[in-house]
Amino acid sequence: MAEQRELHEPFHQPERQAEADRLGMLVFLGSEAMLFGGIFAAALALRFLHPQEFVSASSHMKLWHGTLNTAVLLTSSLMAAIAVEAARSGRRRSAGRALWGAVASALVFLAVKAHEYWLEYREGVIPGLPNAHFTSGFEQLFMNLYFAATGLHALHLVVGMVLLGIAAINRRAREDRRAVLIGNVALYWHLVDLVWIFLYPTIYLAGAGE
Amino acid sequence: MSPALPRLLLVWLALLLLLAATLGAAFLPLGPAKPWIGYSIAAAKAGLVLWFFMDMRREGGLMRLATGAALLWIAFLLCLVAADYLTRSRPAGAGEPGATNAGEPL
Repeated sequence: MAEQRELHEPFHQPERQAEADRLGMLVFLGSEAMLFGGIFAAALALRFLHPQEFVSASSHMKLWHGTLNTAVLLTSSLMAAIAVEAARSGRRRSAGRALWGAVASALVFLAVKAHEYWLEYREGVIPGLPNAHFTSGFEQLFMNLYFAATGLHALHLVVGMVLLGIAAINRRAREDRRAVLIGNVALYWHLVDLVWIFLYPTIYLAGAGE
Repeated sequence: MSPALPRLLLVWLALLLLLAATLGAAFLPLGPAKPWIGYSIAAAKAGLVLWFFMDMRREGGLMRLATGAALLWIAFLLCLVAADYLTRSRPAGAGEPGATNAGEPL
């Protein structure tokens, strides 16, 4: 009966409704991917126009902060995937623990990112601030791209973290064997991870070893 | 323990190994191949996340189509941007190390 109450028009079967929910989420994530696609297109154009300067500007990035955060996000994606599996197999406590684990990973990511931004503030490479000074016009352009990309990503990460928290405290979500809410929140979280997977070589690895 | 857990842990381990590989490769003198290797490894990582963590391996055609369409349009976007910037006429000497006028329209 609980399932009957959760059905919305025009659906008469919970399976069809869950499938539509998932499809809707994937289409929404497709539009999110387009948003970040614009940033990657801008990075590509900058690299084609100024190949040497791009590598040089990237070499000033905090490679180890970026690497650590990549590992943290990959781990958080694992937690989200575990939460979905746990919910689907009826282990709601495990699902809750895994979701909180993903939230903790997100907090670690934000702490590392905040430290990185703090170091960049002290170096005076944040465009628009009174202490900003750059070695070249291109370096400023690169830092604009860097803050637009990582800022937009961090915004998505915060939203994803809140959604993970909401799923973790939602008892009905954890008891749902179809894992509709947890599954869709996990999909969003994996997108946050996917974007970072490509930001890492674009921003950090381009200048590594230079 | 869920039977899916060992598989997910294995995928996570593979992702961390790929991260170590891409980091190591970035320090090797690979020249122009460097970005290709970096992005190939990123694509491999993305593939693992999509296939196992996002469960594309269990999804039907509709879900795969929705996901594939997003990837296809991003590929169009990046290919057309590349087609523009890579085929612009360049003045003699442009594109050499240190040159900043590469790609400027004539």
